Amino acid sequence: MEDAGPSVAVENLVKRFGDFTAVDHVSFAAARGEIMGFLGPNGAGKSTIIRMLCGLLRPTEGRAFVAGLDVAQEAETVRQRIGYMSQKFSLYNDLSVVENLRFFGGMYGVKGAELRQQSEWAVELAGLRGHEGGITGELSSAWKQRLALGCAVLHHPPILFLDEPTSGVDPISRRQFWELIHQMAASGVTVFVSTHYMDEAEYCHRLALIHRGRLVALGTPTELKRHALRGGLLLVECAPLGEALEVLAQAPGVLEVAVFGNALHVVVHEVAPAIDALPRLLIARGLGCTRIEAIMPSLEDIFVQQIGAQAARAEAVS
Amino acid sequence: MAEDGDVIVADGLLKRFGEVTAVDHLAFAVHRAEIFGLVGPDGAGKTTTLRMLAGVLTPDGGSAVVDGCDVRQQAEAVKGRISYMPQRFGLYEDLSVDENIRFYADLFKLSRAEREAHAARLLAASGMGEFRQRLAGQLSGGMKQKLGLICALIHTPSVLLLDEPTTGVDPVSRRDFWRILYSLLSEHVTVLLSTSYLDEAERCHRLALLHKGRLLACDTPAELKRRLHGEVVVITSSAPRAVRDTLANADGVSSRVLVGDGVHLVVDVASRRIPELEQRLRNADVTFVDVARSEPTVEDFFVSAVQPDAEARP
Repeated sequence: MEDAGPSVAVENLVKRFGDFTAVDHVSFAAARGEIMGFLGPNGAGKSTIIRMLCGLLRPTEGRAFVAGLDVAQEAETVRQRIGYMSQKFSLYNDLSVVENLRFFGGMYGVKGAELRQQSEWAVELAGLRGHEGGITGELSSAWKQRLALGCAVLHHPPILFLDEPTSGVDPISRRQFWELIHQMAASGVTVFVSTHYMDEAEYCHRLALIHRGRLVALGTPTELKRHALRGGLLLVECAPLGEALEVLAQAPGVLEVAVFGNALHVVVHEVAPAIDALPRLLIARGLGCTRIEAIMPSLEDIFVQQIGAQAARAEAVS
Repeated sequence: MAEDGDVIVADGLLKRFGEVTAVDHLAFAVHRAEIFGLVGPDGAGKTTTLRMLAGVLTPDGGSAVVDGCDVRQQAEAVKGRISYMPQRFGLYEDLSVDENIRFYADLFKLSRAEREAHAARLLAASGMGEFRQRLAGQLSGGMKQKLGLICALIHTPSVLLLDEPTTGVDPVSRRDFWRILYSLLSEHVTVLLSTSYLDEAERCHRLALLHKGRLLACDTPAELKRRLHGEVVVITSSAPRAVRDTLANADGVSSRVLVGDGVHLVVDVASRRIPELEQRLRNADVTFVDVARSEPTVEDFFVSAVQPDAEARP
């Protein structure tokens, strides 16, 4: 951990495809051992950034350094220093656990005695001891996921990219998986996670919110929850929900209303006056209101608001 | 547990595939005009259950009644009362949005006027009004899912069955999706959907938590959270691993989960344990921002309900 420089540094990165700007002047730095999440809707530019960091796409403008290497100049070397695990775990289902590890090791140029040693290490890491000969297709999704991680880190990359790594996995296995990722980070690996699931975002040290190719927010999950929301969030228990939603959506000072089970989440300009005014408004319309209180926004509330604001700004410009 | 007004009643539902029991004596009931979630990880039996309720897979045991029709005796009648959106909904990628909608409207024998009225409302609610001429194959993942929902809803079914409708859909499209679902309740449509995302489960009126084909619990999200033994405490810190390690074996703590900028604990009594935990961290010189009680999540309950089983596993 004594390395002073950042593990990944991105300066004014731009990628254009014809007239379309997929990545628009993005800058950030990630320290060694940091777990950084990329959040954004489909097509926001997350994977374009990741492809540039992996040396698979050349930036149009700006620079990116991965493990001290300029991705535009040394793409080949960069690819040897990274591990990549995709959401669909590109494992060979009809090969055994060990055969998959050997195959991926070979792809990363790990050979001979080193490959055997690394495979042993990866089996241990993935908790697959005793199942080395098992056919991959017959493993549970949680085990496949750990095997995919083993394959991605077989060559000890200092940088690891994960694409929605725990989609569909049960919560206990998911917690164990993240425990493993945190261990790797503590040993100095820098981890990038691309996701649009807030459950996964919570496990990251810092989050970068990407929308329309731009970095729109950057911070720890707690910083974002405590400071990134414009206005305050109220939980309102009321009935009937559908009518209450219509009334509140039109009320002064209300920015956004969404249904959550048997209650509404209402984003307001100012919390104190709204706690007073909204129940009265509901009751005046003949609707019930049994509870109203300020609550901590979720990462999803932040995400939706930031993206809504960006979209509104973009429309105002065009 | 079945009552008048229950639209779906599953009782002892069983399905085996060879040696594997995919759905293991499942029983639950869904009320009219509620959004009910089948919630659990991959392999929990969600898809198999939905397929049996849709009348496309025959149960090996037990019974299920959907809108008054028995799925074993009256599978064809069931199909007329439901709309079923499987994980891979059959959109025609080389047809436009409008043409896909017309295809499904014809399948359900809608008049042109009915089709136009429904399509206009659904397209507006999903923010897709300006994409009517676009080929389905050129839509984003979120828009494809919304188009699937529009096609499934082009006739107003009594029961809507959705299999993981929001998988791969970004949060903004997901909110549109949920807004459409809630808008159906005023038309007395009953919605049964599956999801593997426990944060999404919080949006359902009631849910059945499934694990390995079995029912872990069935209730409202609020009630499930109340059933958690203990309270949740969140410690915010820039050194979460140090916090977690310092609090190993702390009294009254039953679970410690590392998150990005802190540790998520389940403790017996928060008011008593918070000062103890703070003291312990100070004594060990571990930096932290704060230690605060927090609302439990459905995930907290799920983990506590499954844990004994998990510990027995290798």
